[in-house]
Amino acid sequence: MKSLAFTVAAGCLSAGLALAETPVLTVYAPDYFVSEWGPGPRIEELFEARCDCDLQFKPGDLLPRILLEGDRTEADVVIGLNTDVTKKARESGLFAEHGVDLSPLTLPIDWTDEVFLPFNYGHTAFVYDSTRVDAPPASFDALLEAPDDLRLVIQDPRTSISGLALVLWVQSVYGDEAQAAWEKLAPKIVTVTKGWSESYGLFTDGEADMVLSYTTSPAYHIIAEEDETKKAAIFPEGHYFMVELAARLATSDQPELSGAFMEFILSEDFQGMIATGNWSIPAALDRDKWPDGFQKLDLPENVLFYSEDEAAALRGEAIEAWRRALSQ
Amino acid sequence: MAPRALAIAAALALAVLTLGPVGVVLARAGGFGAFGPGDWQALRFTLWQAFLSATFSVVLAVPVAKALARRRFAGRGVLVTLLGAPFILPVIVAVMGLIAVFGQAGLVNRLLGALGGPNLDIYGLHGVVLAHVFFNLPLAVRMLFSAWAAVPAEHFRLSASLGLSPRAQWRVIDAPLILRVLPGAFTVIFVICLTSFAVALTLGGGPRATTVELAIYQAMRFDFDLGRAAALAVMQLVLALAAGLVALRVAGQAGFGAGRDRILPRWDGQGGLARGWDGMWIVAAALFLLVPLAAVVLRGLPGLLLITPDTLRAAGHSLMVALGSTALCMAWALPLATRRGEFLALPAIAISPLVLGTGLFLILRNFVNPFDMALPVTGLVNALMALPFALRILRPEAEAVTRDYGRLRASLRMTSLAWLRLVWLPRLRRPMGFAAGLTAALAMGDLGVIALFADPDRATLPLQVYRLMGSYQMEAAAGAALLLLCTSLGLFWLFDRGGRLGAEA
Amino acid sequence: MLKLEDLQVTMDSGTLRADMALVPGRRVALVGPSGAGKSTLLDAIAGFREVAGGRVTWQGRDLTHVPPQARPVSILFQDSNLFPHLRLERNLGLALHPDGRRPDAEARARIEGALRRVGLDGMAGRKPGTLSGGQQGRAALARVLLMARPVILLDEPFAALGPALKREMLDLVREVADSLAALVVMVTHDPRDAEGFAHEVVLVAEGKAQAPVAVDAFFADPPRAFRDYVGVAG
Repeated sequence: MKSLAFTVAAGCLSAGLALAETPVLTVYAPDYFVSEWGPGPRIEELFEARCDCDLQFKPGDLLPRILLEGDRTEADVVIGLNTDVTKKARESGLFAEHGVDLSPLTLPIDWTDEVFLPFNYGHTAFVYDSTRVDAPPASFDALLEAPDDLRLVIQDPRTSISGLALVLWVQSVYGDEAQAAWEKLAPKIVTVTKGWSESYGLFTDGEADMVLSYTTSPAYHIIAEEDETKKAAIFPEGHYFMVELAARLATSDQPELSGAFMEFILSEDFQGMIATGNWSIPAALDRDKWPDGFQKLDLPENVLFYSEDEAAALRGEAIEAWRRALSQ
Repeated sequence: MAPRALAIAAALALAVLTLGPVGVVLARAGGFGAFGPGDWQALRFTLWQAFLSATFSVVLAVPVAKALARRRFAGRGVLVTLLGAPFILPVIVAVMGLIAVFGQAGLVNRLLGALGGPNLDIYGLHGVVLAHVFFNLPLAVRMLFSAWAAVPAEHFRLSASLGLSPRAQWRVIDAPLILRVLPGAFTVIFVICLTSFAVALTLGGGPRATTVELAIYQAMRFDFDLGRAAALAVMQLVLALAAGLVALRVAGQAGFGAGRDRILPRWDGQGGLARGWDGMWIVAAALFLLVPLAAVVLRGLPGLLLITPDTLRAAGHSLMVALGSTALCMAWALPLATRRGEFLALPAIAISPLVLGTGLFLILRNFVNPFDMALPVTGLVNALMALPFALRILRPEAEAVTRDYGRLRASLRMTSLAWLRLVWLPRLRRPMGFAAGLTAALAMGDLGVIALFADPDRATLPLQVYRLMGSYQMEAAAGAALLLLCTSLGLFWLFDRGGRLGAEA
Repeated sequence: MLKLEDLQVTMDSGTLRADMALVPGRRVALVGPSGAGKSTLLDAIAGFREVAGGRVTWQGRDLTHVPPQARPVSILFQDSNLFPHLRLERNLGLALHPDGRRPDAEARARIEGALRRVGLDGMAGRKPGTLSGGQQGRAALARVLLMARPVILLDEPFAALGPALKREMLDLVREVADSLAALVVMVTHDPRDAEGFAHEVVLVAEGKAQAPVAVDAFFADPPRAFRDYVGVAG
């Protein structure tokens, strides 16, 4: 009896302490993460259910902000980084190893990075409306040779990650001929927008026949709108691989929590949610566990990807080829 | 006139806030960076598009303003107010409207298609200029229109009794007035267009349409090259200052006009040809400016049903920011409503919001958690950005009050406080209402520096529009954009109206 | 005494010189051709214009560099004598309380009294825009009465009124000035105003303000410059 009373009292005490000092995990995330349509709220809910902590998102710029803050950043974890910034991020020395076993990963490429942990992926692709485009180009070559009244809208590689992925895609398919490829593409490009949102808005408004987006975009329309008319054109030359990453800050004052969050990312809870949460393919989930709409997606067999060192070396040249060709 | 100390404090705050952040970014970068390969091309394009945009805006404004100034018709007052709307429209909303009208699948092309005409392509330099004219034509019209409204009635009577021919009247009254107002209008619009970014990129059709502001964005957010960003920002600032100096020199007198919307009895232009000519310009301007607005409204209507508590909360934040910015901007503008103050405020038009935001972020984080400051900083920056416009509106009127009553004040030995309370503020009510409306509307629609300071629970409405678009919620975004349009215009109308009510002598 | 000692004021058309002494309680008319500097001289006395040389003194006190608000002077301008957006009570109240506070009961009584003196009984609640030109002039005079300063300067405040109304206003000025024992210096275009109103006349012409001359003597034998200007003007 006495011991029970003691246990209850101790329990109350520790609960009270926990209440008084619920540890806070600060997570920097891209802006769209935290809207009620983004994955943020569900990540928060799922993680808080298992961590007895308070997960707080700070949306906005990721790496620029962390680089400005340096070792005084209050971020414990950052989620939503892309491979274009990992080199710069790694060199800053601000990030710690994630410490997670990578064997559950189901990515189409080998991933051995000990700092940046993938949580979902997709591929660059041109998305079209099958009610408007009867005969979509069957290959990148066919896209280049398509008549000039096929209207494309893409993103600027200097301001947008998907735009940058596109120039790397063209670079990896055409190599030295990249500029010539861009010159063939140029007359078909209606406009270049600052970010993905503006492009996709133009596409859904009927301003363009095809938009630079992701192989996973049709899944949104299938699942949320029951609309199967939006499709990604799959090219045998391959598609550029785009992965989203999370990382821990070395300066975190919550190393255990941030470690737990890293483990959580590859958990089935997280992976089962992220497909419809972020309209992207889970990084560690077998295809038969994907939501139906994702299983219906046409996915490329050939996946193209540059390591961060290769990408860093090619990036300037690839953007210049794009700029020169489109400035003519 | 506020005490000198107040004016000095206001001027110091202004200087610190415009130049300080650039300096901090520069210090952090350890000096200016070198320009990139496309930067000189970006500079050329920026100057060229700003020049074209300003030229077309002011040239087209002449016949429109003249027609509005000398015609009376039902609904004229409403039309004049509505024609001002594009200037205060959030960029993101305006681009949506323009594309709905001039885009590939837009109204114009559907009409042309039905008539078997050619397909019109909005994307390119002409698209950028079209959008800038859409934004700034109302500004030029308003400046000219109020100058015409301020011509003493006697001039028109004299001209009528002398039986001056239209050409003679043009030479005697209209031409000098236009020459007096246009250089100032041109420069203001030129400087505004210098910092164009999203419009230029979206409608420019590709890297040909790269502006300096876009290069700053790239340097800052993508290359993390603070030195290059600072160098570009300084270049942009120097350009704007040079243009502004020219403007102050050639056009000290042309205000935006606080909308003293009086109709003078006119005896000229009664012929059928003149009526037809004026009518054509009024209809053309109304179609050009109002149809895109209508498109935004139509597109947004179904989306209104998708407005969620999140969006409403964002609207509340924006409203708070707008009201705070307005109060701050007015308090700031009053002591600075002088020639010198206006000059000091010029950099604020042309300072890169990105550099400003980054500089403030670097400064603030030494003292507070920047995320807690999201809304105050946004309010502050918006007040700063609106200050040059507020001063352009207030200065001529403020100077007129001093000119008209300064001697009486001295003779009566009025204290500064009595002067401020009993004369200055009541006499400036009308221009202050106009300036406050403009500030509130601009602050409402501005995305400003929120990206660095964003806080999940304190999104503003424009940010919410982007978030919705980023999550495939295009229809909800259109609804939120319509809400943004309504609140911006509503705020402008309320302040402007409030300034006019009871402002008569 | 209001003394102008070898005073020099720079004008667009040259320099205006003045050297004279004006006696308290007297009424002095400044006459002369347009642009000769009548208003300029008034502004120099009121302190609205820097002087290039010489001194202005009042009862031996040097006013030359005293700012306008500290001079013992009230002035009526050609226009803008009342703030159009304020009721008469607030307009006149400023004469009693330059800090702009709302007039208390005593002040209100004095304002009412001043308004009664100028024939604007019960109009304290009106705004200037609702008054006739003559009534506005009266209201401004009521304020001069309340200001109670020993020098009253009039810069043609009644020029826009008809002859009969103008005469009435000048009579009122005389009453107000007498009750304050004030020196009045008035600019006028119209020699008849000077004849009916002033004790002394100062001719401002050809870059110089002449010494004051008694009004009878002045009109009995007008100086040549005055004859020229009246001849041309008339």
